[in-house]
Amino acid sequence: MSDLNKLGLAEARDALRKGEVTSVELTQACLAAIDKADALNAFVHKTPEIALERAAAADARLKQGDAPAMCGLPVGIKDLFCTKGVASQAASKILEGFVPEYESTVSQQLADDGAVMLGKLNMDEFAMGSSNETSTYGNAVSPWRRAGEDTPLTPGGSSGGSAAAVAADLCPAATGTDTGGSIRQPAAFTGTVGIKPTYGRCSRWGVVAFASSLDQAGPMTKSVRDAAIMLGAMAGHDPKDSTSADLAVPNVEAMLTGDIRGKKIGIPKEYHMEGMPAEIEKLWSEGTAMLKAAGAEIVEISLPHTKYALPAYYVIAPAEASSNLARYDGVRYGNRATLEAGDGITEMYEKTRAQGFGDEVKRRVMVGTYVLSAGIYDAYYNRARRVRSLIKQDFENVFAAGVDAILTPATPSAAFGLGEMSDADPVAMYLLDVFTVTVNLAGLPGIALPAGLDSQGLPLGLQLIGRPWEEGDLLNTAYALEQSTGFVAKPGKWW
Amino acid sequence: MSIDQNTAAKVAKLARIKVEEEALPALAAEFNTILEFIEQLNEVDVEGVEPMTSVTPQRLKRRADVVNDGNQQDKILSNAPDAREGFFAVPKVME
Repeated sequence: MSDLNKLGLAEARDALRKGEVTSVELTQACLAAIDKADALNAFVHKTPEIALERAAAADARLKQGDAPAMCGLPVGIKDLFCTKGVASQAASKILEGFVPEYESTVSQQLADDGAVMLGKLNMDEFAMGSSNETSTYGNAVSPWRRAGEDTPLTPGGSSGGSAAAVAADLCPAATGTDTGGSIRQPAAFTGTVGIKPTYGRCSRWGVVAFASSLDQAGPMTKSVRDAAIMLGAMAGHDPKDSTSADLAVPNVEAMLTGDIRGKKIGIPKEYHMEGMPAEIEKLWSEGTAMLKAAGAEIVEISLPHTKYALPAYYVIAPAEASSNLARYDGVRYGNRATLEAGDGITEMYEKTRAQGFGDEVKRRVMVGTYVLSAGIYDAYYNRARRVRSLIKQDFENVFAAGVDAILTPATPSAAFGLGEMSDADPVAMYLLDVFTVTVNLAGLPGIALPAGLDSQGLPLGLQLIGRPWEEGDLLNTAYALEQSTGFVAKPGKWW
Repeated sequence: MSIDQNTAAKVAKLARIKVEEEALPALAAEFNTILEFIEQLNEVDVEGVEPMTSVTPQRLKRRADVVNDGNQQDKILSNAPDAREGFFAVPKVME
């Protein structure tokens, strides 16, 4: 077989089980593709030795016939996941040199199932960003380009390295994390599939924390079926994460029938944003028509507090970040600033954090510190948490009225050029998460999948939002939509 | 609410992030842009609405109050910028 790196998870799994290919061959094909793709800056710590060792072990396991679905399949791991003995620095300078003595639960579960880690993937620093431009490793670059142009484009963020790697066929799948859209927005920008599961579905243990009440890990893949396969391996109860749900994980792949007859799909009127490009509106109405043609019932719904999701998010996420990131103090791990004679412990903290954090991280930590400060707490933080309750209630009302899933655009635009947003104020960048952030605030599962190309040849995505814990049903609706869109476009290779 | 340079300096201090004097005006301006955005929340009627504490209605699990981990001083210190004699080392805290 040629071009083994281009296989998706399902195809590769089936080929492994039939003995048509070995995990070592698959892994070598991916490692070779990775080595030729430094221009994308997707893999920032490569682990070829670990990969080949695990691939050989997986081949032995496959021979014995004791092979879970992920056995022998190469994957990339976002740098936010702590991986034992392998640099894990959340794309931050402050964690330069940090080598964990432990493995995150999600990456451990993947390893236990026989998945092969190829290396660590680029991302926005501490997952704070929507373009992978805040990384200490430098920008990750999308494999996509506008037709007839060579302007480097963003793969989205924060899971930009994961999205670029999967889109460029460096690996069949990668882990991502999503606090406000960090799986779904990069998936939409790169023509890949990304699902953020229900809050509590995947353990957060060993994943560097950004905003603990919003963070969820999930798979980024080439197809809906692949997302189902990988989610099955990543999900599950973990006693080490007290917010992890003690619920059985159904076989979600087995739920992919493509039959959505009689399902009720909600179209939220508040998501028709002012100034939204006509191409996005068109994509959305075409997606709606496809679901209808597949037998679903389409209903207009109202989520009245949508407008307040981003402002609430930009109180709650920085507040939690300011608390979570207090641990980076130059004492226990990572970088400590060089001190001058006479500097005491306060100077050590202040210089270490000033030098170790990038601008966006500093901005969010300080905003978080402000909204939590005495005398301000009620006006900002508590108000935002009240609004969050209302946002969740909006969804509960809609689901109680019988809606099974909600269809929205994934992003308000296609990918933009790296640096194009650098003069904009921070709020302009925050607006990129307008369709995804509500889902995190409500703790719901959401999936982005490619649905078409814009006039410049760049991928555009749609998002489906499901009921809590019903990832299987959500994936099945996405599967039906995927079959209707028939999206197969790939970026032309220039790297 | 508008943030002046003194408030910006105070916030930086609370966050233990050193900000040079000359960077304070730009920082205060950025804070104000973000806060202006956040202040849309004041339009929402939140009367009688409880602040969310947990997004999924679940009771936190309890576990037995027993020692289940430990004896890994070397591992814990392995990433420290400065570790001596089994301790994390920091600049002098008291004269």
